[in-house]
Amino acid sequence: MALETSVIQDRLTQKFGENVTGFIQIKDIFSFEVAASSANEVLRFLKEDPQMRFNFLTDVCGIHYPDNDKERQFAVTYHMHNWVDNVRIRFKSYLNGDNPEIDTATNLFLSANWQERETYDFYGIVFNGHPQLKRILNMDEMDVFPMRKEYPLEDGGRTDKDDRFFGRTIDNR
Amino acid sequence: MSDLLLPPEHRYAEMIKKRQNEDGSELSILNLGPTHPATHGIFQNILLMDGERVLDGEGTVGYIHRAFEKIAENRPFYQITPLTDRMNYCSAPINNMAWWMTLEKTLDIEVPKRVQYMRVIVMELARIADHIICNSVLGVDTGALTGFLYVFQYREKIYEIYEEICGSRLTTNMGRIGGFERDWSPAVWKKLDEFLNEFPGIWAEFENLLSRNRIFMDRTIGVGPISAEKAISYGFTGPNLRAAGIDYDVRVMTPYSSYEDFEFDIPVGESGDTYDRFCVRNAEVWESLKIIRQAIDKMPEGPFHANVPDYYLPPKEDVYNNMEALIYHFKIVMGEVPVPKTEIYHAVEGGNGELGFYLITDGSRTPFRLHFRRPCFIYYQAFNDMIKGQMLSDAIATLSSLNVIAGELDA
Repeated sequence: MALETSVIQDRLTQKFGENVTGFIQIKDIFSFEVAASSANEVLRFLKEDPQMRFNFLTDVCGIHYPDNDKERQFAVTYHMHNWVDNVRIRFKSYLNGDNPEIDTATNLFLSANWQERETYDFYGIVFNGHPQLKRILNMDEMDVFPMRKEYPLEDGGRTDKDDRFFGRTIDNR
Repeated sequence: MSDLLLPPEHRYAEMIKKRQNEDGSELSILNLGPTHPATHGIFQNILLMDGERVLDGEGTVGYIHRAFEKIAENRPFYQITPLTDRMNYCSAPINNMAWWMTLEKTLDIEVPKRVQYMRVIVMELARIADHIICNSVLGVDTGALTGFLYVFQYREKIYEIYEEICGSRLTTNMGRIGGFERDWSPAVWKKLDEFLNEFPGIWAEFENLLSRNRIFMDRTIGVGPISAEKAISYGFTGPNLRAAGIDYDVRVMTPYSSYEDFEFDIPVGESGDTYDRFCVRNAEVWESLKIIRQAIDKMPEGPFHANVPDYYLPPKEDVYNNMEALIYHFKIVMGEVPVPKTEIYHAVEGGNGELGFYLITDGSRTPFRLHFRRPCFIYYQAFNDMIKGQMLSDAIATLSSLNVIAGELDA
């Protein structure tokens, strides 16, 4: 029997109460929010519960919402997939804008390792308990978290992209 | 210690020192990469070696990181396809089609059956091209150059088909939101026919050359194995997972682009070693050929794009001669078209596994956030685990059978 999203919602609310909220079906994926403090427990429950069986952690990624309240400026999104009933879900944990911290999922899924490093690398989200939380795609010497919205795509101070060379000044000199 | 160029607090430095103290024998450090012909891409592996045997490894990636996710946040949708090309450049059309399908899901666009079938053909061709490279390069890494040069001609034939469809070869930038930029010319169908007639014989020959070859089997069986449980935990998808014996395939689990209309099998392996990965890819090529044939046979008549003037770029000659087309062109290029506020995850079966696009839109012309679930990036972290205790030459074979594409790894 296929796993109904209402069952997922009921079981989660029953077990975690206030810590899971905002259940909504967005197109083909059932989504909800989880308080950062219980994210790891929710992951464990979804993975290990004999009825939930979300055996596969599809994806972990970070998001920056600079316009939100201080408490909700970062989010970590988890996509999980139950291969037995073929159900996908997504949940988000919102984090504080000043010191975004959440528990690591590496104790449950080995694949979380690099994905969390990537999230740390680009957003500065700290995963507590991660075995080797350091930059992965950017160089170690970098001192910013480049995917945060406050960093523009191009460095305004660059001198090699002089407007005069691109015909973008009025008299082109 | 100082001549190892490792910081003294590095765990390998500790290990080497301990071993020297214990029995006087020496462990050594080997830098495999960043630019090494056998890594087929730019990533470094620091290996701790005991003679020829790998004791431990540490991977460094990111040498060709190009900040695609950041760039994508600053580009309108049509300018993001070229970024997707450059991820898994061995099967660029799959990435393109996946991106269009993500957008179509976001914008609620119904795509004509004909377009879906055409997409299936293109994607399966791309999968064949991808597997040709991976398997023949595995041959090269185990010492058989002939097969590689032989089947590479047929990747060229596939590229000629792409060329007829969209004008480019490697980084295809193919298609539009809702379909293709033009209908396929008779030349495409002719080349496709030629390919389908010639290639199976060649592929059978290639298989004969390697799959029961004593030397090849000795070099690959039992090399770099991974158990099914571990593969799932490491987030393996695609042929590498199926080689471990799990029949997970996005085309079957969550069919997209009418994959449910086609009959095909999912080849699986048993032990998840290099030989199984080779065999699974080989068998998948046959399945892909089967799908392409079915798609050609069942190809429905109809338009080659959905009727969505708000999103489908009008043909250039209309833009110059037709007021309405000019207006739509302007609206699309300047980002004046409505985009809903939503979050979408769309996954396809890429050459290496589940390729997912997680798109968050905020109603503007650019994504608020676009995350690529890149199968290579996720499964490459298992590499060090897989080669522990193996010989160095086995590590090379394992790496090439995993089909790690640097572009996809680093985004």
